[in-house]
Amino acid sequence: MTVVEDRPATAEAPQPRRVNPLWALLRNSWRQLTSMRTALVLLFLLAVAAIPGSYFPQTSVNRERVSQYYTAHPDLAPWVARLGGFDVFASAWFAAIYLLLFTSLVGCVLPRLRDHARAMASMPPTAPKRLERLPQHAAASTRPEDPAAAAASLARTLRRKLFRTRVVPLPDGGFSVAAEKGYLKETGNLLFHFALLAVLIGVGFGHWYGWHGNRLLVTGADQGFCNTITQYDDSALGPRVDAGDLPKFCMRMTDFEATYQSTGQPKSFLASVEVKEGNGTYQPADFTVNDPLRLHHANVHLIGQGYAPILRYTDKYGVSQTKIVPFLPTDAMQTSTGVAQFPDVNIDPKTNQRDPKLQVGFEGVFLPTGSTDGSATSTFPAANNPMLYLAAYRGNLGLDVGKAGSVYALDRGQITNGELKKVSGERPYALKPGQTWTLDDGSKLEFVGTRQFATLSIRYDPTQTTVLAGAVLGLLGLMLSLFVHRRRVWFRVSPAEGPDTGGSVIEAGGLPRTDYPGFAAEFAALTRTDTDGGPPGHAEEGTP
Amino acid sequence: MANLSDQLMALAVLTYLAAMVCYAGEYAFGRRSRIGKAANRPARQLVGAGAPVDAEVPADPVVTEPAAPEKPGRGEWAGRIAVALNVVALALHLGTLVTRGIAADRMPWGNMYEYIASAAFVGSAVFMGVLLRRPALRHLGLFSSLALVMLLGAAALVAYTPVGPLVPALHSYWFIVHVSTIIISSGIFLIGAVPAAMFLIKNGYDQGKRSFPYTLGKRVPTPAAALERLTFRLHAFAFPLFTFGALIAGPLWAEASWGRYWGWDPKEVWAFISWVVYAAYLHARATPSVKRTAATWIALLGFVTMLMNLFGVNLFFEGLHSYANAG
Ligand code: HEM
Repeated sequence: MTVVEDRPATAEAPQPRRVNPLWALLRNSWRQLTSMRTALVLLFLLAVAAIPGSYFPQTSVNRERVSQYYTAHPDLAPWVARLGGFDVFASAWFAAIYLLLFTSLVGCVLPRLRDHARAMASMPPTAPKRLERLPQHAAASTRPEDPAAAAASLARTLRRKLFRTRVVPLPDGGFSVAAEKGYLKETGNLLFHFALLAVLIGVGFGHWYGWHGNRLLVTGADQGFCNTITQYDDSALGPRVDAGDLPKFCMRMTDFEATYQSTGQPKSFLASVEVKEGNGTYQPADFTVNDPLRLHHANVHLIGQGYAPILRYTDKYGVSQTKIVPFLPTDAMQTSTGVAQFPDVNIDPKTNQRDPKLQVGFEGVFLPTGSTDGSATSTFPAANNPMLYLAAYRGNLGLDVGKAGSVYALDRGQITNGELKKVSGERPYALKPGQTWTLDDGSKLEFVGTRQFATLSIRYDPTQTTVLAGAVLGLLGLMLSLFVHRRRVWFRVSPAEGPDTGGSVIEAGGLPRTDYPGFAAEFAALTRTDTDGGPPGHAEEGTP
Repeated sequence: MANLSDQLMALAVLTYLAAMVCYAGEYAFGRRSRIGKAANRPARQLVGAGAPVDAEVPADPVVTEPAAPEKPGRGEWAGRIAVALNVVALALHLGTLVTRGIAADRMPWGNMYEYIASAAFVGSAVFMGVLLRRPALRHLGLFSSLALVMLLGAAALVAYTPVGPLVPALHSYWFIVHVSTIIISSGIFLIGAVPAAMFLIKNGYDQGKRSFPYTLGKRVPTPAAALERLTFRLHAFAFPLFTFGALIAGPLWAEASWGRYWGWDPKEVWAFISWVVYAAYLHARATPSVKRTAATWIALLGFVTMLMNLFGVNLFFEGLHSYANAG
């Protein structure tokens, strides 16, 4: 490409005029910022700045691993957090780099756009004096036509080959035929850089106006949910989104089907749901991994699955409660851990008072396929032989304090401080569906059965398509920029020596303006002449 | 079938190794005359030296075999055998992938081991293609086969995964589009590092550097500028392909699968880093005030980031892409 740096300063003769130093500083900084070298440095910085984003766990990728990092490196973690190490791609310094880079890009690309527009509007310059000094040169050859006819025929051939061609008469009665091709290279380059800008803006808007939430959904009409923030296990709204802006829909899962290879590797998943959008009625729909359910302004993705045992607890007064408690899978065979907590039990019917010391919790593992040897891990992910191994606790579950705790484990603090006591034996109690376990106080726990659950990620990103369009246009521009070659050829057509020959002498030169290995061949084809002096380009017209 | 694939892989590595030994033999015994002659040929690009400044690098320096029909010496024979072995190795390599694909009943791109083996195959095939058009570049074979032996060896040692079916997340058209384009472009980037390194060596040698890696440049017949141009063309070809695979097809698939088109998962972070570094290479090469050697160093840096993405990310970090986990 032509020299891009060091664009000559505006050509006005520099009158010794006092320049405001601030203005000079600004102007120089701007020049510096928009130079290719700065762009290079900033590109490097961007690459380097991204590295910590792969080294430290990122909140946006996996929140749990960030907390694990806090546990593993209690001293370091707060510092990492302060420096934005867990949110590299949202950090101020990362933003500073790319904003500078894009400012540089705008400053670089706008003048180039102007220059390119000018180049498009102007015609190729006339032939340089000494064609033999160009990288490609064809020595003079003669032709029977007179110069005007020869020049016209040359120009015709060149135009047919999509060269932008200009014929200029020369003082000696000859003609200069100047031709240029490959403007699309620069067009593509500009398109590419503008597309980058479009992608950045698209991503930014998507971040502002998008939202997402995660929800664990158990099968069954009694377990449905509607699209409100409170119904999500966790969610994030873009800065410009209000809870009230979420589209209205409700969903319940009627069935979840999973199939597995004999090795336990999953083969397929299918979630069947009923969805009600707006004020409509429930309609059936299916979706699976890689094939989300696309609703109006919300896409529902299936990202995980597991089991939820159904447990019925009957307290010592004979009052029973049923809970469907999802257990979270911990391995590929769906060995899952979870907890069932019953805070509102053992209410004395006489006083109608709840005794906080008589709350009950069960903690343990669920195995979809328990083995006969009683090992504590599942041997297959399908529910072939469901088993629950539970320990029972009685006392204060610590749920009333208002402290945010995990819903998948008992409050360890309550156990250590003795408020919550284990009331079952050393070994966990094994239960199969339909079996009942009677505790020391006569209360009972029945393992009623299991249901499947699906983990859903529900998202909306309004600029997704814009970003895609930007990326595709950018790729197009990139390819034009890399594979189109800008080149010039000149023919000088002079009258042949001698008064009445009437013929002309033609000399040609060629200049590839970018690295273009095929230019020699192209130039040779353009300048090839038949022995009987047909117009150049004639020869290869018949060949494919 | 799976065992056959593993055996073929071992054979392929051994054959690449044998080819490498023969290439090295040509290096060691190559007659100075042949190499010297080619090296002394005036570099063609000097022809354009008088041209207007905006001609960057004009004519194509075609490096032809020296037209010396003297009896091929020992070095020449070593070179020919090396190429023959290299072709056999390529065939075995292809066999490895095909049998693996048949054993798994799918494209052999389901895990890191298969992915690296496929990318290395593309690199190897591209090198053969280049060799077909420019036989004089044969001496690069030493380095390309070295790179292949190391890549495949590392893949077999640290990333080997038994044949298995795809997890549901990989059942997607985008899987094929995304992975195949990334494999092809990675393969070309990887093999592009060979002429890049040779350019730096040869160029250093031409400028009088005589310390270790530069001494290798003594026996490189191809002019430095031609190596540099080959480097650029390989990278310029791979870059848009990589852009498509990693930055368009990948996000399209990620959107369908995980709901977000880009999430800064470690694999994505490193693809982004590689992309930015290669973009910087193209920039640097297009900037007149940046030396070609500096630009080429950036290309090698890109190579390092690719290796990091192929091996490092899978071994050190855990992300959504962990289906690619080794073992
Ligand atoms: C977001 C960051 C940027 C990226 C990813 C990027 C990427 C690229 C790529 C891949 C090329 C190669 C295409 C080709 O060779 O034609 C290129 C070319 C170019 N870029 Fe950028 N660029 C960025 C920012 C900038 C900035 C800030 C400037 C101005 C200072 C700039 C100026 C140029 C110029 C002048 C070329 C043409 C090179 C040539 O002459 O071929 N780019 N850019």
